[in-house]
Amino acid sequence: MTTMDARSMGTSVRRIEGPDKVTGTAPYAGDTVADGTLVLYPVQATVARGEITAIDTSAATALPGVAAVVTHLDAPRLADDGDPEHRVLQGTTVHHRGQYVAAVLADHAEVAAEAARLVVVSYDEAPSTTGFDPDGGSYTPSALGNGQAPDSVVGDPDAALAAAPVVVKASYATPMEHHNPMEPHATTATWVDGRAIVHEASQGADLARQTLATLFDAEVEVSSPHVGGGFGTKGFLHAGTVLAVLAARTVPGRPVRFALGRRQMFETVGYRPATVQHMALGAEADGRLDALVHDVVGATARYKEFVEPAGGSSRSMYAAPHRRTSHRAVPLDLDAPTYMRAPGEAPGSFGLECAMDELAVALDMDPIELRVRNEPSVHPENGLPFSSRGLVECLRTGAERFGWSTWDRAPRRRLVDGWWHGVGVGCGTFPAFRMPGSTAEITFTGGRYVVAIGAADIGQGARTVLTQIAADALGVDVGSIEVEIGSTSLPVGSIAGGSAGTASWGSTVVEAADRFRDKYGEDPDDGDHADAATPDNPWAEEFAMAAYVAQFAEVAVHADTGEIRVPRLLGTFGVGRILNPTLGRSQLQGGMVWGLSMALHEESVVDPRFGEVINHDLAGYHIAANADVREIDAQWIDEDDGYVNPMGAKGIGEIGIVGVAAAIANATYHATGVRVRSLPITCDDLLTDPAFG
Amino acid sequence: MTTTIPLSITVDGEQRDLDVDPRTTLLDALRERLAVTTPKKGCDHGQCGACTVLVDGRRVLSCLTLAVAKDGADVVTANGLAPDGGSHPVTEAFLANDAFQCGYCTPGQVCSAVGAIDEARRGMPSAATADLAGDDVVLDRAEIAERMSGNLCRCAAYVNIVTAVEEAASR
Ligand code: FES
Ligand code: FES
Repeated sequence: MTTMDARSMGTSVRRIEGPDKVTGTAPYAGDTVADGTLVLYPVQATVARGEITAIDTSAATALPGVAAVVTHLDAPRLADDGDPEHRVLQGTTVHHRGQYVAAVLADHAEVAAEAARLVVVSYDEAPSTTGFDPDGGSYTPSALGNGQAPDSVVGDPDAALAAAPVVVKASYATPMEHHNPMEPHATTATWVDGRAIVHEASQGADLARQTLATLFDAEVEVSSPHVGGGFGTKGFLHAGTVLAVLAARTVPGRPVRFALGRRQMFETVGYRPATVQHMALGAEADGRLDALVHDVVGATARYKEFVEPAGGSSRSMYAAPHRRTSHRAVPLDLDAPTYMRAPGEAPGSFGLECAMDELAVALDMDPIELRVRNEPSVHPENGLPFSSRGLVECLRTGAERFGWSTWDRAPRRRLVDGWWHGVGVGCGTFPAFRMPGSTAEITFTGGRYVVAIGAADIGQGARTVLTQIAADALGVDVGSIEVEIGSTSLPVGSIAGGSAGTASWGSTVVEAADRFRDKYGEDPDDGDHADAATPDNPWAEEFAMAAYVAQFAEVAVHADTGEIRVPRLLGTFGVGRILNPTLGRSQLQGGMVWGLSMALHEESVVDPRFGEVINHDLAGYHIAANADVREIDAQWIDEDDGYVNPMGAKGIGEIGIVGVAAAIANATYHATGVRVRSLPITCDDLLTDPAFG
Repeated sequence: MTTTIPLSITVDGEQRDLDVDPRTTLLDALRERLAVTTPKKGCDHGQCGACTVLVDGRRVLSCLTLAVAKDGADVVTANGLAPDGGSHPVTEAFLANDAFQCGYCTPGQVCSAVGAIDEARRGMPSAATADLAGDDVVLDRAEIAERMSGNLCRCAAYVNIVTAVEEAASR
């Protein structure tokens, strides 16, 4: 299979909406300022579990400027779409602290906030469990968050482990983490003649429309032209959107705006759940794996199941005749977890790739060679050939560029000006797939081709790369293309998620372009148009398709304070064709910074007495800031994969984060001789370890 | 009724008069009362920098500034840096270096960069400045990263932001 010819694809076209973004004139969902807009401020549950016994709204309602106070007693009824998170103000049951129990609408933000404080809610509190205890009661979930089965077994891994000459067994922990896009979720909703018109911060306007249309049994329009980051939290709708549209229904004709505060971003829009991963690797003296076991225990919410598929990548990364993955879930009385950048692969690669490093140490072998030795020729579980698999080339190319061979393999050897230096490697994968269900429409008008598809640009650059894809598919310059996205007034688009956005929309645009040319040739008339639905990938069942990465990190650890810095990160990616090198590098580097942030900063701390994330703001929940990031480099190998899609592009939204935390943890071990098996790695992890000295 | 207080400020070159609740922040006054939505609200607590604007030439967090305290001030947002639709070296450098992805932190980054470059020119040291007594600050990458660290970017365009600021500062 060959990929389509590229003229614009592969070149660094600038972001089309760039000028609007640098001047701040691109409209985000919270930027709609219409006369008569009411500001929504929510009232949130102060218990983790229980029943509402009474709500007194009299003082709030009496406050001048308050237009309405909506509670479960008077809220419009919603249809049940099967998602408990969407049952907003429909009853008295409290599932988690911070759950919305009422909404105040007022002329101004200050008044709405003040009125919300005056609403008095009484509860009959029930006992709750909100602290994650991996040894507490767990159950086997019916499916993982990615739809896969919770368990997989090949051969007899326990017997193989018992017989293996070299065995590494260790447990690794990853914490609860919150997405925190810089733009908090925001919704502006107006009901006009029984229709809801919604401006939403969304990774998929059509998914939002479908969900709201079901809940409200009404026609719904959603626009989402610019989105201030999503990372998974703006995919499926959360309660805040439903609350805003519900409250707006009580004041027909008036726009209602609900822009979440940062604190609410820790209470109502999901998170990556904590995991504990029990790894066991059994190998021959030459490094070949006999057995690979990845048993995961993860947190979920009692009222809504989402299980992080942390063992997923262990199903395909390395060859081993005997293997097992398993997932168990511990239900907690918390907001429901959800997809967060590389769900499964991000935390799962920490367990697997640190264990591989420990095995390399046990074998006294170069960790790169260990991985090369366990490169599978086909998918180790399902036996499918790989459409392309660049892991070994990424390891070799990256090692060369990074100067890997110049470092002594023994730990704790390089002390420079009071800082221990070390290097580490961690690898990763992320599936490449295509979502069905989009439609692209191409219309020739005024000498240009207007390409319409309800795609979402959440910062990845959809508007720009779809322009490039359309230009090449039609055989014209990018200047002849105008792409329209981000609204349900356009043909349906699937969501920006699963690193499948560009692959899905792009394949659809290519199909529509082919039809357009078939119908009208090279010289169309004004108004000619053609459309196409997302074509199935005929190779989807024939090949295992995924992106790969080898991440290299250098760390410096202060010998007295244990402060950890990351002077250098290099990611070498095998991701098919990069459609726009500048935008692609930005996205991959951004993912790598997420990995650094995961390794050293991010942890949501739940107070088990109250079920509250206590570090619920950006002062308490640290994400990497500018000065945390030093030299960071993303490069990619040449990879021509005609099986994934006509463009030959694998998704790059998530692969950037995968493997970074392990690379940093492994480098920290190499620098100091201290093995830290839980994230984030902090100074006290090192200072309290006798080996740190 | 809540007491309101009259306020007169210049926003991106235009004189604006309004009455505000004394609790209103400069950010809310701009966004909600004046429909100036260039500065963004990322946290409302002075922890992210998305709301950064220039007030009388200096970068401030507008979410931590009460509007009534700025009567008579000259406020410039990222949209007002280049009068008459021209381009500004900082916004140009952000575009040329892809120093953003989703763009939500960007108007704040841009204003912060303008402020940071000016502070360095005036010899103000930072935690990354080696010679605190000297009056020449060399705006190298470490200095820029330090001075721009009050502006969080979850898309993590940091490397490109530093390059953009470096480029703009050299012009
Ligand atoms: S909104 Fe002002 S610092 Fe975050
Ligand atoms: S560009 Fe998205 S937060 Fe900075």
